[in-house]
Amino acid sequence: MRPFSYAVPATLAEAVSALAASEPGTKILAGGTTLYDLMKLDIEAPPAVVDVHRLAELAAIDTTRPDEFSFGAGARMADVADDPVVRRDFPVLAESLAKAASQQLRNMATVGGNLLQRTRCGYFRGGPAFPCNKREPGSGCSAIGGLDRGHALFGAGDACVATYPGDWAVALLAFDAEIDVIGPRGVRTVAVGDLHVEPGDDPQREHTLAGDELIVRIRVPVTPSGRGSTYHKIRDRESYAFALVSVAAGVAFDDRGVVEDCRIALGGVATRPWRSPAAEAVLIGERLTEATARRAGEQAFAGARPGTGNAFKIELGIRAVGDALRIAGERAGR
Amino acid sequence: MTAIVRGSGGNPANAADEGVCLALGTMGSAESTIASACRTETTFTANGRPVRVELDPRESLLDVLRERLGLTGTKKGCDHGQCGACTVHLNGRRIVSCLTPAVQVNGQAVTTIEGVADADGTLHPLQEAFIDNDALQCGYCTPGQVMSGLACIAEGHAGSDDEIREYLSGNLCRCGAYAGILAAVRETARRLNSPVSEG
Repeated sequence: MRPFSYAVPATLAEAVSALAASEPGTKILAGGTTLYDLMKLDIEAPPAVVDVHRLAELAAIDTTRPDEFSFGAGARMADVADDPVVRRDFPVLAESLAKAASQQLRNMATVGGNLLQRTRCGYFRGGPAFPCNKREPGSGCSAIGGLDRGHALFGAGDACVATYPGDWAVALLAFDAEIDVIGPRGVRTVAVGDLHVEPGDDPQREHTLAGDELIVRIRVPVTPSGRGSTYHKIRDRESYAFALVSVAAGVAFDDRGVVEDCRIALGGVATRPWRSPAAEAVLIGERLTEATARRAGEQAFAGARPGTGNAFKIELGIRAVGDALRIAGERAGR
Repeated sequence: MTAIVRGSGGNPANAADEGVCLALGTMGSAESTIASACRTETTFTANGRPVRVELDPRESLLDVLRERLGLTGTKKGCDHGQCGACTVHLNGRRIVSCLTPAVQVNGQAVTTIEGVADADGTLHPLQEAFIDNDALQCGYCTPGQVMSGLACIAEGHAGSDDEIREYLSGNLCRCGAYAGILAAVRETARRLNSPVSEG
């Protein structure tokens, strides 16, 4: 691991000052479960680290407001996953966290840092033996034509097909969450849908935050389809694995039993959290049945562009959407 | 009482690195900590015993426990947060020590497998249950399994076999002693949670 200077600001204001004064490439350290891991692999080599993991100003979880839940960026994944109000009123959020990582990692990792988790592409993590445009711009992409079983069906390009690995951001995207970000230029709000970017010809760039900006909190509008929601995650093993396909789904019915709100976002299959408005539109105004759920799944995967070894995720994904909608529908009371 | 440990963490590269240390500029509050890339003084407790170490911020808690404090019960498996062999408790909550920069535990309480049995050597009921249920073969993952199992019970996540399996999924066992591990945690959770058997 390369040497780095290490700062522990005592307040949020000091963290902002430290970041503003920091040299290029300085990284924010929170739970450390991604950054420190990648530093051990020499994939991340920041000259300086600003440690925010114990800033009390980032820790609050507020589920008391009827219109919006707010999660401090420094709240631990385990604490949000175990929050009884979140579990009752917004199961998709709790499940997306509970199904990500082990309890040890959930006790460490923060809900802000998790949004920026980097890909688990084996070629990216594998080091210099493997060309990787995300790690070494211009070196090529080993996954294209290589072992791409876990790679993206959506949002990929000629430079990179690496999958965004997270679950929480997929759930947040489906429910129009926003993040508040602080930096030397003040506070701004970013929709989760505007946070992550597709690789295009610059796979190193994964999100739209500046290097001196810090996520302060995540805000999620409370909605009836949040109660009728689930995070359905298909993995190679039952627990503690990244998604082959995951689906954040939510539905709400009107008093005639017709779907009036539907949310569908996909994980494990795209270079960024991937929402499918077209699939949602299939169900709105319809009754939720096995057949309409299947049609929504087919619509969600209609634009999939598989590589050599990941086409199986299309049918798997279609079925996962259907199953997720069934679970969500049961919770919504139909 | 306080153990003071100095050294380079066994990494010969550290000495050379001292020439390239950079600091981050001054910060407002007296509580703020600024460290060079070389050394930062860190104090914490390990199994209740105060520890003071001068750390390179690169050092993991796992390496500090094993290499500086001689607490070799905590094991290094993957060193990347994937196997759970290095599980310890930080302020009573389980974490993986391999992905914890040791400087982050400043002022906090670390418990390792060496802190689980009584001072007189009497094993914890979960340790006894591991023996009774043949819950290990090679034993390398066992300290992590025990630390994780203790936390699983304390968290209230040992209510059913499925729940125990889920909440121990971060601890891998290449020998495949899972059935025994599950039985040991189940049995201990029942015993500790049952008012009849208490005392």
